[in-house]
Amino acid sequence: MWNRIYALFVARNTEFFRDRSSLAWSVLLPVLIIFVFAYAFTDDNPQKFKVGIVASTNSIMATQNFTSTRFIQFIEFEEVKPNLKKVERHQIDLLFDANSFSYWINQTSPNGYIVEKLLIAAFTNAPQQLQQNIVEGDEVRYLDWVIPGVLAMNIMWGALFGIGYVIVRYRKFGVLKRLRATPVTALEFLTAQVISRLWIMLAVNVVIFIGMDLVFDFRMHGSYLNLFIVFTLGCICLICCGLVVAARISSEEVANGLLNLLSWPMMFLSGVWFSLEGAHPLMQKFALVLPLTHVTEAAREIMIDGAGLVQIADHLLVLGLSSVVLLVIGAWIFRWE
Amino acid sequence: MSVILQVSNLVKRFGQLTAVNDVSFDIHQGSCFGLLGPNGAGKTTTIELMEGIKTPDSGRILYQGEPLGQKFRNEAGIMFQTTALQDFVTVREMLVLFSRFYPVTTDIDDLVERYALGEFLHQDTRKLSGGQKQRLLLAIALINQPKILFLDEPTTGLDPQSRRNLWEQVRQVKAQGATILLTTHYMEEAYELCDEIAIMDHGRMIAHDAPDTLLAKHFDDVVIQLDEKDLPRELGEVEFMATYREGNAHILTGDVNKTVEGLLARKIPLDRLRIRARDLEDLFLELTGKELRA
Repeated sequence: MWNRIYALFVARNTEFFRDRSSLAWSVLLPVLIIFVFAYAFTDDNPQKFKVGIVASTNSIMATQNFTSTRFIQFIEFEEVKPNLKKVERHQIDLLFDANSFSYWINQTSPNGYIVEKLLIAAFTNAPQQLQQNIVEGDEVRYLDWVIPGVLAMNIMWGALFGIGYVIVRYRKFGVLKRLRATPVTALEFLTAQVISRLWIMLAVNVVIFIGMDLVFDFRMHGSYLNLFIVFTLGCICLICCGLVVAARISSEEVANGLLNLLSWPMMFLSGVWFSLEGAHPLMQKFALVLPLTHVTEAAREIMIDGAGLVQIADHLLVLGLSSVVLLVIGAWIFRWE
Repeated sequence: MSVILQVSNLVKRFGQLTAVNDVSFDIHQGSCFGLLGPNGAGKTTTIELMEGIKTPDSGRILYQGEPLGQKFRNEAGIMFQTTALQDFVTVREMLVLFSRFYPVTTDIDDLVERYALGEFLHQDTRKLSGGQKQRLLLAIALINQPKILFLDEPTTGLDPQSRRNLWEQVRQVKAQGATILLTTHYMEEAYELCDEIAIMDHGRMIAHDAPDTLLAKHFDDVVIQLDEKDLPRELGEVEFMATYREGNAHILTGDVNKTVEGLLARKIPLDRLRIRARDLEDLFLELTGKELRA
């Protein structure tokens, strides 16, 4: 059995690595995306500063002196505590609670320093005393925030299309039929395809990770092993999604449509490009169904916050269970022809 | 000879169409069995049912007395009518891949030599010519030293030289003791290679026996062939019951002397006259063209 799986694994790897165009795309595409986004989000916004503000209808009136300052973008929050991380990560320059006249800044943030001066100037004659609170943390650039998602997204494309499309093509052109005429079983064939795609995607992602780290020097606060575990489990889960799609279809067009139907919502609703905080609750709930959400969030928690496996256990559990369910369905409904 | 493959009351339907309709036959060990029929007769469906690629709606197929299983998969060699191989893989890598699927295999170098694969051994399989690809597919089908070899229209699309080469290779395989099941459009191929033939049409088997026995059973006459210019249609059809195909008049007769005398009496030039025995082509036309489609 393992001899046959190994033979199929080697043949699939050979096919992948000799197909230069598809190999080049699977490495270059995510790098290109990162470059485009790195430059797209460089600061050409006239609003130079970002201030989070927690205020009631009454208290907002009292802050007009400050909130009318030009070139500051004011973002309203309901609570202070959940948004302190944004100050820590330099995502906002200052957080101001207009109800208590308290503010939080990160002393390592140059923008925070300037905005603090403006805030103090705006309330020089105010009856209430401003209260300063210090938050500590390194800057998290958009790039640092987006990279875990892009790596996860690259795994998604590679896993879904690399498995789904290939199996459908094998079926359409009769490669599967020829294999069926040998002692190879469906389980052996699928196992070889999953292992081959898994190691290829992980290897490609390691290359991309190292290459992008050299160029962008992005944030990686967690364990590399934990990140590897997340990407491995995520890749298995997404490969199993591809298996289910490819289980019976023999038309590349239909497969393409179905795979796009799966991948595009995941790309935009899994929090790869923008945070889902503040999105409609239904959309947030829907995002939890998507495997890419769990891969992205778990990778982000490890890379940005240095989370351990315990903190991301819920994501790992969802990915693990989904993999098992999808694999069973995929193997159950698989047809050679 | 003992029976290696037993097919009983095989039925396969695709929607409203019954592709294989109650077909039964035995294949004897060491023989070459030919399955003949026009396009859409059910040959490929029948052979794919026997290969275990398709599942019959009813009926039974036994290999050495047992239902098709792992033993059959290990001992059967299969060459489909059209086969795609994985892209970007060389001929040698393909042979190695398939050799790893089986517990018993032929030496790859021996196969390379026997089927003259050496000149394109390290070439991508997508770049092979028709004849080269058929040789590779035959080598793959033989990689497990099969006891039974299925060949589905193995020479379709090949030039006459490649076709004759493949016939020779099939004869060698048979000489080594393998049983062969062959489907073909070419009556000459069936006559050259097969010990037994079965003719199928509309999913049914309409004749089954050794080629010579079938010919003897259906024909006791010969064909006199003349150029249409020598025997004009209006005369030939009325006086000699001739049929016309491809510019030739064909007269079927059980008494050659009498027919030739008749032609001489009509002063028909006989310079281009040919007499031939009835062959499988005639039998095929007789059975599928007249009996079933009339």
